[in-house]
Amino acid sequence: MTRRGRILLAIAALLTIAALILPLWTVRLVAPQYPEGLGLAIRTSTVVGLKPGDLLSINELNHYIGMRVIVPNAIPELAWMPKIVAFLAAILLIAAAFGSRRLAAAWCVLAVALAAAGIWDFHRWEYDYGHNLDMANAIIVIPGMSYQPPLLGSKQLLNFTATSWPASGTLALGGAMILVALAAADRKRTSRRPVPIVPAVPHLAGTPA
Amino acid sequence: MSLSRLSCSLIVASAVAATACRTPAPQDLLTGDAARAVYVAPGHYDEFYAFLSGGYSGQVAVYGLPSGRLLKEIPVFSAFPENGYGYTEENRALLQTTYGMVPWDDTHHPELSQTNGLPDGRWLFINGNNTPRIARIDLTRFETDEIIQIPNSAGGHASPFTTGNSEYVVSATRFSVPVPNSDVPIADYKERFKGTLSFVRADQPGKMDIAFQILMPGYDYDLGHAGKGPSDGWFFFTSYNSEQAYTKLEVNASRNDKDYIAAVHWKLAEQCVKDGKAHRTPAEYDHNYVDEKSRIAVTERKHSVLVLKPEDCPGVVYLIPTPKSPHGVDIDPTGEYIVGGGKLATVIPVHSFTKMQQAIAAKAFDGDLDGIPVLKYEAVLAGEVQHPGLGPLHTEFDGKGYAYTSMFISSEVVKWKLGTWQVVDRAPTYYSIGHLMIPGGDSRQPWGKYLLAMNKITKDRYLPTGPELDQSAQLFDISGGKMRLLLDFPTVGEPHYAQALPASLIRARQVKFLALAGNTNPYVARSEADGGITRSGKAVHVKMIAIRSHFAPDNLEGVMLGDTVYFHVTNIEQDWDIVHGFAVLGMNTANLILLPGETRTLRWVPQEVGVFPFYCTDFCSALHQEMQGYIRVSAPGSNVPLTANTSPKAATQQARMPMNHGSMKGAGR
Repeated sequence: MTRRGRILLAIAALLTIAALILPLWTVRLVAPQYPEGLGLAIRTSTVVGLKPGDLLSINELNHYIGMRVIVPNAIPELAWMPKIVAFLAAILLIAAAFGSRRLAAAWCVLAVALAAAGIWDFHRWEYDYGHNLDMANAIIVIPGMSYQPPLLGSKQLLNFTATSWPASGTLALGGAMILVALAAADRKRTSRRPVPIVPAVPHLAGTPA
Repeated sequence: MSLSRLSCSLIVASAVAATACRTPAPQDLLTGDAARAVYVAPGHYDEFYAFLSGGYSGQVAVYGLPSGRLLKEIPVFSAFPENGYGYTEENRALLQTTYGMVPWDDTHHPELSQTNGLPDGRWLFINGNNTPRIARIDLTRFETDEIIQIPNSAGGHASPFTTGNSEYVVSATRFSVPVPNSDVPIADYKERFKGTLSFVRADQPGKMDIAFQILMPGYDYDLGHAGKGPSDGWFFFTSYNSEQAYTKLEVNASRNDKDYIAAVHWKLAEQCVKDGKAHRTPAEYDHNYVDEKSRIAVTERKHSVLVLKPEDCPGVVYLIPTPKSPHGVDIDPTGEYIVGGGKLATVIPVHSFTKMQQAIAAKAFDGDLDGIPVLKYEAVLAGEVQHPGLGPLHTEFDGKGYAYTSMFISSEVVKWKLGTWQVVDRAPTYYSIGHLMIPGGDSRQPWGKYLLAMNKITKDRYLPTGPELDQSAQLFDISGGKMRLLLDFPTVGEPHYAQALPASLIRARQVKFLALAGNTNPYVARSEADGGITRSGKAVHVKMIAIRSHFAPDNLEGVMLGDTVYFHVTNIEQDWDIVHGFAVLGMNTANLILLPGETRTLRWVPQEVGVFPFYCTDFCSALHQEMQGYIRVSAPGSNVPLTANTSPKAATQQARMPMNHGSMKGAGR
């Protein structure tokens, strides 16, 4: 692998490390009584309010309809996810150190698979959150209504408009994937490098072998 | 000539504008697009916060300008049942004085804190005129955080004007009294009665302290203002009753042609105090302040004060003769001109700080009073505004070279030019204007766009409401050459004086809720699991949380007649504007209003046996009406166990909302 490829892998590793801290996804809630909005940021290791107090307020509002309480410490995914992302970053650092194109390609496949699994898991979690209601303790009950937040885009949930989008952490991971893919594809560019032409040696021309 | 016209022309006998004599029909006032100039559309904000004194309501009223909308009443010296201020165990101490709890006062002069001579939006100070006190209001929460009592003072009128960096706010006594106060014949007034000028250290929250007092002749002191620019380091106070009359002051204190502005070199006074020239003298006074984290007010009794006599610190005070019974003493933005407002004067005298310094250097004195040099009037005078109207009181500045003086007797605002002393415009007010205010109009750089007149009489201005009528504020546009009346609106209590500043200076710093994690009240309950009931002798302590839409615990038993119950209620919400209330049947003080994250304690002494409901008084949520509970009171000696039962609903809430102590993170799904 070229020096350029290794730099790409190193940058990708840094982006992956950044994704450990940056929010992966944000969900924003706006209602007439909340013009300033409430919001959640989902990071690899935790779920936090976009503003101080937002998580508590969202939990407090959700109790009216029997939704589950979001307790970040109790979400198993949030225990594994940092480890997985750190592992991905470590592989990239190794690939950069050794200039291994093959390792970079394998990383790509793994990362795409994990990202797909992550999004599926998030969707599953949202489904559960919005459908598995505690009807015995719900205060406002609308038969048949589910409160599943959207994975992408906006959706009306009672008086709230919920909007969900990937955030900077996911963009960093996506960027890392593109960079790794470029690095993995770097060989073609290497092969296209002009091969030095052996100059003709005039005085040897015509000399019998 | 009709009788009314006759009396009217008698009142405005001299060169007063005839407009003051006539009640204009309302249509006379509709000048162009006045309505549009004050209209703040729904969802939009006012440009200025204006803080108006609430006078005898003991409060501060906050209005938006230009709309004139009332935004908030801030209780300062008044017990305020609306939110329990002055009644809860946490803030009762704020109203403590050496006279006991004084739950009212007469607020006069709001004063914004300053940095480099400009309002900075950190704090608002205001005086209690009746029981001399100065309060500090924190402008991130619009709450009173600190009150200091002023000893050796009676009627804290010339207060709390600030120095350019709020090093000090001052309080000068309106009534001279024996110092220290003692049982002396009132006829000994001239010999025994003294005035005090108090310099109160005010630059640190929670640490107001009387740095020193200057002992003055027994006059009545009225208003004050700090110098600025070249006159920085000086303070000016008006006085009246230089006659030292003690009976029928209306006549007997109005005889002298001139009274005095006391010019105080406070930087020199500070130095003299540092050099040990002040005497530590016994004086009892209270300093009350709120602890930042627990939000609990405490009272600290102090026992002495440093008193400086002018003769011990030569050059610290000079008297400037000023006609006649002056009220306002106002320093123009450059700091050069000292404008006096003689209530009975026929001119507006303007003194020059430069000339005053020259007069001091040249010893241009007219003798001395109690050892204080009296400067020659002509030596200090910069000029007189001739024929300004009747009863000049108070002057503010627009920062564009013009001064605006309120005229009490002729009910008008008079605009005149600094330097030429020429009157350039006048506008009638309805009626009897006292103070006026331009945002930053007493600072180095006024925001000279609006002028607010504060009037004492509102006859015929609004729908009548019985014998007592509102007082009013009137807003003028002063951005052009002519003053233009835009709006008038009734006010809370007496709008004695006001201060205003651009909303942008404080709006972004507003606290939206108090951090529960930072609440150090000893009785805080941060989660439902923290709630409970305990007995200590005859005192029963209930720790309770309030959250949408329940209290926990919500049923209390085991209290007996003869017990004193302390409800320590914590609002555990962390959400802007989610306030909860708390009230008990028969509660004979006030209800509680609990800000998000705050703990407040209500003391309740049950009067009879029975079951008493308590409920939330602030409409907090869709199920506000369900936010209630009961306390059972049994006969003395009964064997009802002490229990704090949570209802089945609250119990399940507890399972659903588990929270760690001191942390907002949950403990389990």
